[in-house]
Amino acid sequence: MAVRLFDQPFDPWTLVRERERGLPLEGLGACTVFAGRMRDFNEDQDVRALFLEHYPGMTERELERIVAEAEARWPAITCEVAHRVGAVEPSETLVLVAVWSAHRVDARDACSEILERLKHEAPFWKRERLADGSERWVEKNTPGH
Amino acid sequence: MTITVQYFARLREDIGRDRDEVTMTGEVRTVGDLWRHLHGAPPARLMAAVNQAHARLDTPVADGDEVAFFPPVTGG
Repeated sequence: MAVRLFDQPFDPWTLVRERERGLPLEGLGACTVFAGRMRDFNEDQDVRALFLEHYPGMTERELERIVAEAEARWPAITCEVAHRVGAVEPSETLVLVAVWSAHRVDARDACSEILERLKHEAPFWKRERLADGSERWVEKNTPGH
Repeated sequence: MTITVQYFARLREDIGRDRDEVTMTGEVRTVGDLWRHLHGAPPARLMAAVNQAHARLDTPVADGDEVAFFPPVTGG
C-alpha cells in the first residue's frame, strides 16, 4: 500500500510508472487510474486558486484505512493513492487513485470505491478563490459516479 | 486531565479559534455532550473525530482524548 500527501505539484503518471517498476506486471492484467485535476470553474463561477486544508495525522490514517479496507475486500489488488494539500492552481492534479489487479473488474471497482470513500470520509476541505478575489468554502462534493 | 478539541475549515473560522482545552466534568460523556458544553446545539451536518478516527455525537469521550469537529469533507 502506498498513500502519499504532496504539498507541491506532482505528476500522477510518473507515480504510476515508478510504482510499476516494482510490481510483478506479468500477473497484473489490469490497471485502472483515476487522476483528478483542479478545474477553473465550479458551480458556474470562475475559480482562480484552491486551498486544500487537511487534518495532519488523521488524513493519512483515513486514506490508509480506506485502502486497507479495499485490499481486504479485493485481496489481490495493489494500490497507489496520492493527494495534494495546501495551495493548488487550475490544471494541477488533486488526487490519484491507481489500482492494479489480475482482471479488469477488480481494478475498476476498487478504484471507484476508494475514490468515492476518499471523497466522503478523508478529512480534506477545499477553499476556492474566485475571479473577483473573494473566497468561499466548498460546501459539498459534486455527486459521484 | 483535559480534552483537546480542534476545529477545521469553515467551522474554525465561524468559531474564531482552532482549538479549545476542556477540563472534563461529569456532564461530558460523549462527543455531543462536549459540543453542547462548548457551543450549544450542534449544527446540521457536523462531523467529528475522536483520536483521529471518525466518531458520532454519541461516541464516548475520555480524559486525554483528541476530539475534532469539522464540516462535511470535500477532498478528491
